[in-house]
Amino acid sequence: MQAFAALLDRLVLTPQRNGKLQLIVDYFAATPDPDRGYAVAAITRDLDFPSVKPAMLRSLMEKRMDPELFALSYNYVGDLAETISLAWPGERRANRIPPLSEVVERLKEAKRAEAPQLVASYLDALEPPSRWALLKLVTGGLRIGVSSRLAKSALARFGDKDVTEIEELWHGLEPPYEQLFSWLEGRADKPINQMAAPFRPAMLAHPLGDKDLEDIAPETHAAEWKWDGVRVQAVAEGDARRLYSRTGDDIGAAFPDIIDALDFRAAIDGELMIFDPEAERYHPLSFGDLQQRLNRKTVSKKRLASHPAFIRAYDLLHVDGDDLRALPFEDRRQKLEKFISSRQPDRFDLSPLVRFANVDDLAQARAAPPHHAVEGLMIKRLAAPYVPGRPKGEWWKWKRDPFLIDCVMMYAQRGHGRRSSFYSDFTFGVWRGDDIVPVGKAYFGFTDDELKQLDRFVRNNTTDRFGPVRQVAFGADEGLVLEIAFEGLNRSSRHKSGVAMRFPRINRIRWDKPAAEADRLESLEAMLPS
Amino acid sequence: MRYDDLLRPTPKGVYCPPGDFYIDPVGAVSRAVITHGHADHARAGHGAVIATPETIAIMEARYGDDFTTTKTPRAYGEPIDVNGVNVSLAPAGHVLGSAQAVIEKNGVRIVCSGDYKRRRDPTCAPFEVVPCDVFITEATFALPIFNHPDTGEEIRKLLASVEQFPERTHVIGAYALGKAQRIIMHLREEGYDAPIFLHGAMQKLCDLYMKFGVDLGPLEPATIENNGAKRDFGGKIVIAPPAAIQDRWARRFADPLPVFASGWMRIRQRVRQRGVELPLIVSDHADWDELTQTIKEIAPKELWITHGRDDALMRWAELNGVMARPLHLVGYEDENE
Repeated sequence: MQAFAALLDRLVLTPQRNGKLQLIVDYFAATPDPDRGYAVAAITRDLDFPSVKPAMLRSLMEKRMDPELFALSYNYVGDLAETISLAWPGERRANRIPPLSEVVERLKEAKRAEAPQLVASYLDALEPPSRWALLKLVTGGLRIGVSSRLAKSALARFGDKDVTEIEELWHGLEPPYEQLFSWLEGRADKPINQMAAPFRPAMLAHPLGDKDLEDIAPETHAAEWKWDGVRVQAVAEGDARRLYSRTGDDIGAAFPDIIDALDFRAAIDGELMIFDPEAERYHPLSFGDLQQRLNRKTVSKKRLASHPAFIRAYDLLHVDGDDLRALPFEDRRQKLEKFISSRQPDRFDLSPLVRFANVDDLAQARAAPPHHAVEGLMIKRLAAPYVPGRPKGEWWKWKRDPFLIDCVMMYAQRGHGRRSSFYSDFTFGVWRGDDIVPVGKAYFGFTDDELKQLDRFVRNNTTDRFGPVRQVAFGADEGLVLEIAFEGLNRSSRHKSGVAMRFPRINRIRWDKPAAEADRLESLEAMLPS
Repeated sequence: MRYDDLLRPTPKGVYCPPGDFYIDPVGAVSRAVITHGHADHARAGHGAVIATPETIAIMEARYGDDFTTTKTPRAYGEPIDVNGVNVSLAPAGHVLGSAQAVIEKNGVRIVCSGDYKRRRDPTCAPFEVVPCDVFITEATFALPIFNHPDTGEEIRKLLASVEQFPERTHVIGAYALGKAQRIIMHLREEGYDAPIFLHGAMQKLCDLYMKFGVDLGPLEPATIENNGAKRDFGGKIVIAPPAAIQDRWARRFADPLPVFASGWMRIRQRVRQRGVELPLIVSDHADWDELTQTIKEIAPKELWITHGRDDALMRWAELNGVMARPLHLVGYEDENE
């Protein structure tokens, strides 16, 4: 339990991806089965402890400690699990320290009535960091900045494998993943995924370079729109129906409307989007609408009706028991068209091809897409098989030019790691009436030299400090204009300005431009999807 | 004699009317007893200063030789009569030279402990329990959530990280008086004998500790080459004042890993706010158990509480039948903040 807690403590505070990977890989190397497997499941949040609830923890604490002292402590710390982990007046060192696997296995099986006693005995046996890990784990609040994708990457690095191999296996495996670790350590063969409806690692595209354009022709390539949703894989085989993210996470629970529609035997690669229930099928809504459905464990009936989901199909990987992935794109596409037109599956339609005679046609199509939910073009070699990962020379994405807007720097915050001495995270705003209102935050897009200049600007123009945040001078007569590039815009009730940008970054620093000439909120609102 | 007649809180600090002196006054006074050298307790400009030889040396190093008109060094346990009041100093275990002021007259004894801790510190004498009528305690970490872990374990956490990330420079933020030297000594105790690199602000006090017999081992300045080129500090341990570890000064290191040694590192939100990647929970103040154990051991007739979280300690006193009052002194800082 201690090693697991120490790992979490470091992961929470380590901003760099590589640093996190190293911490996890070192932990795998130093920790025996089954503890390390349970640690993976804890990080990927694949563990559930139905018998433990936060209210129970509070009452446990009140039995042990003066409520007034506890209230003073809780007010000071502000987090229940952390307060209990620190203030728990344990009969310390009275017990042996339980391994993570024991904690997980016993608490998973515990009945409602026996859980409090069990948790109390573990709190007695553990020190504060391990208590914190325990409480966060069992209450489902373990947020440590590690995605399940990163955990899989760490497994891949530990075993010197490709991450797509882990993704492919993942959903056939159960914690504590002992078979998987045996294979990663070269002590056993690769586990065979016997699960029905497995994930098949996705094929990805490279950004299109100027050079690549020369080789593209209608005889050898096809083009289609790149839709602005979430890339998914819908798989139905036997009795199993699953919806996977492009990294193999099972997101089916949030999309019962899609799962219900999988009344076929196939694996379809496509773009998950929300359609307008009032309009003709399937008219896609914005990415912001899709966000109403993402990252949820369940979804309400109301939301299902107001934000129905569908999949715009790009590719057919498997159908009626036949694996199509080795076939050229051209052939798979034909089969996909036939599949969609003959079966007309509910909640699916076909991603249309973009006809072109030459590259200029493509450039024109890209400049004037027919729909706001298009974020660019996909160009695919007709002969390309479906290969996991990002093979060279097969698929390209040619994104639409970003939106640009001139904003004024308002606040700055220091970065992390190498950037910890630099003000590198900037909040910027646009004019609304005579005020500047914040519209977003950006922390990349500039060179190291530009970062030094921005940092100097912040230090020389600070007007106020709020903890780690500095406010800089801005107004009609002073302030720094930043040209911000972003990929899209959504309405947002969480932002003061009412809009939220996607992937904002600093495109140019406009040292030359007076703040009074920065853009106004109205010009930003004009970019909102209708 | 009423306790208040011997010692009482005033806006300038705790004052002794019959002896006409203050303890750790926050402004200039004619006569002061100084418990230890931290800047919020030891200020320049008093007429006369009574303190341990170490504390006087620390004040000289910080403020210059003329920081006061008259210096009266007194070793631990060596009493002095001040206008009929008996004053002596007992070790407080806080930093080098730190003392509790023991004030006696007409059979009444008040101990003003200044800042203190109970756990072992290889750089200073351990806290001494002095029975008394009134015990004046600090309350910096007076909440049940503060239970400082074993210092050796924290240091081993640091050494494990140095081994795990050998290309990065571990830059430790530590207060220049006391914390820095303590971290160095604990590193030595764990077998770390490589040179430790110092921010310029650390040098003088480290030299002073060495002069008083605290062997800190090989120390080097964390300077860049004369031509301004970056030196490779990968895998090295650097100690700097807390404010420097994330400021421009730290840019001389290619890939600094910010470490902070403080009792506040117990609170995750504080760690995140400061952008610390490796918190070391090492404090020169007593934690909750040390505070309450000390009060139980001394069993004073009255407990007076100075700066910090006095409401929690007041509640504890109430629950444990200890007569207590908060002094509401102002001008003393929380550790390293």
